[in-house]
Amino acid sequence: MGFLDTLLGRTKPVQPNLDALFSLPTAAVTLQASMGFTPTGNGSVCFRVAEGRAFHDIEAEVRQLLAMGPDAGPVEVTGDSYGFTWLVSRHKSDDVESLVTDLHAVNTSLAEGGFGPQLLCTLVGFTDSSGRKLGIIYLYKRGTFYPFAPLNGEHRDNALELEVRGNLGADLKTEPDLTRWFPVWGAPGL
Amino acid sequence: MVRTRYAPDRGLQARMGLTMFLLGLVFVALVTALVFVLLAFKVGAGAIIFFAVILGGVLTFGSLFWSDKIALRASGAQEVSPAEAPQLHGVVDRLCALADMPKPRVAIARTDMPNAFATGRNSKNAVLCVTTGLMRRLDEKELEGVIAHEMSHVAHKDVVVMTVASFVGIIAALLVRFAFYGELFGGGGRGRGGNNNNGGALPILLIVMAIGVVVYAISFLLIRLLSRYRELAADRAGALLTGQPSALASALTKVSGAMSAIPTRDLRQAQALNAFYFAPALKSDTVSLSTIFSTHPSLERRLRQLSEISAQLGR
Repeated sequence: MGFLDTLLGRTKPVQPNLDALFSLPTAAVTLQASMGFTPTGNGSVCFRVAEGRAFHDIEAEVRQLLAMGPDAGPVEVTGDSYGFTWLVSRHKSDDVESLVTDLHAVNTSLAEGGFGPQLLCTLVGFTDSSGRKLGIIYLYKRGTFYPFAPLNGEHRDNALELEVRGNLGADLKTEPDLTRWFPVWGAPGL
Repeated sequence: MVRTRYAPDRGLQARMGLTMFLLGLVFVALVTALVFVLLAFKVGAGAIIFFAVILGGVLTFGSLFWSDKIALRASGAQEVSPAEAPQLHGVVDRLCALADMPKPRVAIARTDMPNAFATGRNSKNAVLCVTTGLMRRLDEKELEGVIAHEMSHVAHKDVVVMTVASFVGIIAALLVRFAFYGELFGGGGRGRGGNNNNGGALPILLIVMAIGVVVYAISFLLIRLLSRYRELAADRAGALLTGQPSALASALTKVSGAMSAIPTRDLRQAQALNAFYFAPALKSDTVSLSTIFSTHPSLERRLRQLSEISAQLGR
């Protein structure tokens, strides 16, 4: 925020950065080659529902859009305990590109409808042969990615997360500020 | 489309700008008057003015620099880790990600008074505090609304703005006090060899005291006005951040209702921190005069703005 914004107490809602999402398929290849993590084919978009009809119209539109695509999988809508909504898109595990296209469609619809500031994050799920779970999370407002590796009982595997960051550094813009790697326990699509 | 839905309130900004301009004007007037007094009398009072400005500056800087620690100490709140309060931290995490803000420290005060405050000289040193009474009374959406309101205070740097704004008032109040004691013990500036032969009718310290009183009164009203505008701005930014103005409105009605039911002993303890709180802990009178002395806008005014935002979002 600029000096004048502070002085007059105004906040400009932060618009999301949408295009960085398309670097995910390359990152998925790297992740598989270097660490043995394969995509689960599931991904989700998380946003904050705004009240009023305008948002609900757009939300309904987005669901239709996802359900209509040529290789559309089932679309699930779930709410979490924080009042955020998750749209989950399921694809075949080798088809990260369609998944990303789907997720991007959700973003663009919301942003074009004027609700870009409502977008929180998007998540793409990965897993390895020993069953470890990993989510690559994209922060729209920062335009950066970070890894999230949940263990049982609301613990996270920080070592794995840092290892993933090291491996993905060249493909993705990772979030440098570790305090912004907030956990998304039980996120749909993970 | 984006513009209309998240449109800033130009009227509010203009009023806020004007208030700050007037405060600046009062400050300039104070300095001019004091310089004039010094030049006209050439004696005395200089030390008093000098000390008032220095002490005022130190007080202002100190309360700004240690605002987080002072507020935590005064409210008896304790910082909590994500493991201790996962839900609260989760709400703050998500709001920070939505607003692209660094995460403030989170604290909980164990009191049944439903309230919340945020303080700290910048967003890196910010502390966000909610009371157990607030968490008990509000549901998740309402609590999120209140936290978004507090985080907007952090984003707008309201602690800095309000502390700097109160600098004028602090100097004026110190001047009055020093001049009063100077008059009491030192006998004013009249006795210095009788060299102010034309203006000698009024002791110099009385003039300084009068200037201090007038400036303090004006700046007091302006600061309160500014505080009310900042609250409205934080309501607005918070409601737009969550996209749920009605949740904040519902939290406000709940908190205001509960506020009037609290026994007076608690209220007196709460007084010092009022300006930073989400809703003031004092019963508001129905007398219209009380509104110009109040740090927060009336509930009706806040609800009206929130319903306007709600209509704006639904368009």
